[in-house]
Amino acid sequence: MTLQPHLIKRLWLAIKAPLDGPLMLFLGLIFALSLVVLYSANNQGLDKIDNKLVYTLLSLTIMWLLARSRPQSIMNFAPPIYGIGVVLLLAVHFKGVTVNGSTRWLELGITRIQPSEIMKIALPMMLAWFFQKYELSMRWWHYLVAAVMIAIPCALVLKQPDLGTTMLIAASGFFVLFFVGLPWKVILGGMVAAGASMPVVWNMLHDYQRRRVMTMIDPMEDPLGAGYHIIQSMIAIGSGGPWGKGWLNGTQTHLDYIPERTTDFIFAVYSEEFGLVGNIVLVILYTLVLSRAMMITAGAQTLYGRAMAGAITLSFFVYAFVNMGMVAGILPVVGVPLPFVSYGGTATVTLFVGMGMLMSIGNARR
Amino acid sequence: MRPTRFKNPQAEDGQFQLRLIVAYGFMLLMFCLLIARFVWLQVYQYEHFSTLAQNNRISLLPILPNRGLIMDRNGVILAQNYSAYTLELVPSKMPDMNATIAELSKLVNITPRDEKLFKKLLGESKDFESIPLKVKLTEEEAARVAANAWRFPGVQVKARLFRDYPYKELTSHVLGYIGRINQKDQERLDDEDKGTNYKGTNYIGKTGLEAVYEDDLHGQVGFEEVETDSGGRAIRSLRRTPPVNGNNLKLALDIRLQEVADKLFGNRRGALVAIDPQTGGVLAFLSKPGFDPNLFIDGIDSQSWAALNNDWQKPMINRALRGTYPPGSTFKPFMAMAALETHSIGMHDVRPAPAFFTLPGSSHQFRDSNKNGNGSANLAKAIQVSSDTFFYKLAWDMGIDKIAPTVGQFGLGRPTGIDLDGEASGVLPTKEWKAKRFARYKEEFRRWYPADVVSIGIGQGFNSYTPLQMANGIATLANDGVAYKPHLVQEVVDARSGKSRLIAAKPDHVLPFKQENFEYVKAAMQSVLKPGGTAWRLGVGLPYTMAGKTGTAQVVAIKQGAKYNASALAEQYRDHSWFVAFAPVDKPRIAVAIIVENAGFGAAAAAPIARGLFDYYITGKVPGSISGDLKTVPLDTADDAAAASD
Repeated sequence: MTLQPHLIKRLWLAIKAPLDGPLMLFLGLIFALSLVVLYSANNQGLDKIDNKLVYTLLSLTIMWLLARSRPQSIMNFAPPIYGIGVVLLLAVHFKGVTVNGSTRWLELGITRIQPSEIMKIALPMMLAWFFQKYELSMRWWHYLVAAVMIAIPCALVLKQPDLGTTMLIAASGFFVLFFVGLPWKVILGGMVAAGASMPVVWNMLHDYQRRRVMTMIDPMEDPLGAGYHIIQSMIAIGSGGPWGKGWLNGTQTHLDYIPERTTDFIFAVYSEEFGLVGNIVLVILYTLVLSRAMMITAGAQTLYGRAMAGAITLSFFVYAFVNMGMVAGILPVVGVPLPFVSYGGTATVTLFVGMGMLMSIGNARR
Repeated sequence: MRPTRFKNPQAEDGQFQLRLIVAYGFMLLMFCLLIARFVWLQVYQYEHFSTLAQNNRISLLPILPNRGLIMDRNGVILAQNYSAYTLELVPSKMPDMNATIAELSKLVNITPRDEKLFKKLLGESKDFESIPLKVKLTEEEAARVAANAWRFPGVQVKARLFRDYPYKELTSHVLGYIGRINQKDQERLDDEDKGTNYKGTNYIGKTGLEAVYEDDLHGQVGFEEVETDSGGRAIRSLRRTPPVNGNNLKLALDIRLQEVADKLFGNRRGALVAIDPQTGGVLAFLSKPGFDPNLFIDGIDSQSWAALNNDWQKPMINRALRGTYPPGSTFKPFMAMAALETHSIGMHDVRPAPAFFTLPGSSHQFRDSNKNGNGSANLAKAIQVSSDTFFYKLAWDMGIDKIAPTVGQFGLGRPTGIDLDGEASGVLPTKEWKAKRFARYKEEFRRWYPADVVSIGIGQGFNSYTPLQMANGIATLANDGVAYKPHLVQEVVDARSGKSRLIAAKPDHVLPFKQENFEYVKAAMQSVLKPGGTAWRLGVGLPYTMAGKTGTAQVVAIKQGAKYNASALAEQYRDHSWFVAFAPVDKPRIAVAIIVENAGFGAAAAAPIARGLFDYYITGKVPGSISGDLKTVPLDTADDAAAASD
């Protein structure tokens, strides 16, 4: 009996050891805030809070396991994970479940998985592994091989069709290239080429994707149809004003005007109830997470560590920025959840896996 | 070509740090941009969005298009809209709904039925939607509620358009009806990406032409963005996109002809389809009894529903479209075409037509409807006197493989493709069909017996067709094999431009049969109305040429040696009376198939209806027996009507 406090302390230390203090603090604050918003968004129902606690706990466990592993050991899993990811994407292509016209899911009997989600982590891992392996014998054509590695999953996900996820996967791959030293000339050249090819891409887009882009440019074009979501979420944000309407008092939220209000559009709920002040607080919290992640990236000892940590950090930024930008009407509507705030298990697991790898890389320099 | 600068760790480190700084700077810049957007939305545009949020419910008002009208070939309106006031409640705006309803019932007559329907809708709708409590307020009621509106938050009097079918039963099986959009309709609309276009719309076509031509009739919803004050009154309109009204439908159907047909039927059950052989336009389409489609528009009450559903005459069933009956002797002209086309018989071959027919090695007697038989006959005479034994033998000689392919080309045994949903396909018996139909039975039931073909030869046995198929088949025969897809709608008239879109203006296909065979069978059918024919009475005093064929379809089999005695049988088991006909013979303008259920001989019940119908259509003369009852036909202009229908 007398030993108990001692045991608890030892256990606490063992759990704490691999975790990054500042990151945990900032994530904890964001998480607490997300529970507050979810309670309101779900019309004060507790069911989704319960679920969120369960899958967050599960994600934390995975994160902890990753954080206490050596980056080297995690890295070795890159090729098989990437391979499995590609196979699963192929399986989706041939045997996937079609919902609302896109084939993104794979039925596994007990559950459905979305292989494109795996790719968000698997692709940067694979690329970082690849550049680490050929670190000392790099030639220009290694970039070509890398480009193919990016192109394969992107093409498969684009076919589903899922433009949003394709861009996120492509971006995560690009971030690795960026941090392993893709020449600036190529980056700038690529940007110019991308700009020039816009008309071609436009022609390849599906009608609904074009509609979304047009909706972003002028939501009033179709206020009852495609523009409806964006107009309603902009009304929610704008009417929140500087100080917000107060917790549980968002009229847009509680009169059912905000679509997908516990998932992709949860930011509109937050923004309506907590106003500009709340938005700034959330952006600062995200900036703190990103700053800490940048510090870990800066201290990474290997090329793999730098590339992977950098890609995780920038991807995290992209999720946050794209989601808030979309809800605020400056980016087209793509299905990107708000990191650590939106309700949904799959995306949360991916995010915590990223954080676990980041911590693992951070621990390696100690 | 050149290796990346990677051999120098120092430079590499510097390069990496630079990139980190660039990335970090980029992220901060983007977040600042986002904050700037928030400031714009939440500080500079706060007033604007705040107003929109406060009045969100009515900030975007859909403006409903007027549903397209449906009119007959002469422009007589069959489905129309009228404006009336409704009393509507928005539950989320009301402090105490039951108290409000109780108060309102002092001003307006709210029946228990109104309340029941309201409760039902309440369960299916969202809180902030406007739900009708009572439709069709009187002017006085509307004024009373409007004067007291301040006492009832969330209560609105709205002017809405309602649908009305002035001809009720007469058009029920053609037009169908609209009804309130239910969960299932909504899901389908969302699936088809049409949800937006139905914002604010409460009704959708459920059956008949209203359903088939829904996309045309509905039109395009408009919308208005309005700023409103706290009381919900619009202050100013910010933007308005007008709706596009639905397209009008102009039918090939002639409502006066339809009414003449209906009156000639009287209270008897059955169906009648009249087709213009030269266009495929359906001139009359009747299923008796009908029902009042107006009952269904706002949800039918349970009493009326039970009455319709439990009626043994089944008024809800579209007999013309979905009723399948053995065609009886009206099948014989098609049999004759098959026999001639397959060279199974010559035009002048004379064969016995005795009192009964037996198969080799069997004692079973296939009896003739004439108990003395008809002696002997060629094919034409066998049609004229409707000899069963002649056709038994003919069918036996031909076998099913020579009959089905030819008869099938007249469209029997498959949907005609008319512009209505739910058409029955009927049965054109073949060996494959029998094997499939009885697949779950023993081999002896699945096998095709040579004897199966015998009763098929006189339109009995497995034969089963809809009145629509029979009318279509006769129209095709009358038109020498130039076949049209039957269609009720003749033109879709664009609401804005007034331009018409024609339906089925061209022949669907042409049957590859010999002209002389068509002539022969048509002449034989003409002789049916001449002395010696089964419908000779019909031909008396005929001012134009007409061809036809009577038919009597058995409902129950009569035992060997027993005699059919109509009066001894319960009404539902009596024979169906059939008649198919067309006129004039050389240049047919109308072809018809008529079935009167359980009415006995074709010549007795169905045939006189055809004569009355043709007299009116071709000469404009209203049959004396019904002239007093018609409400659609102005008697003095009956001649013009006939002329206009050309």
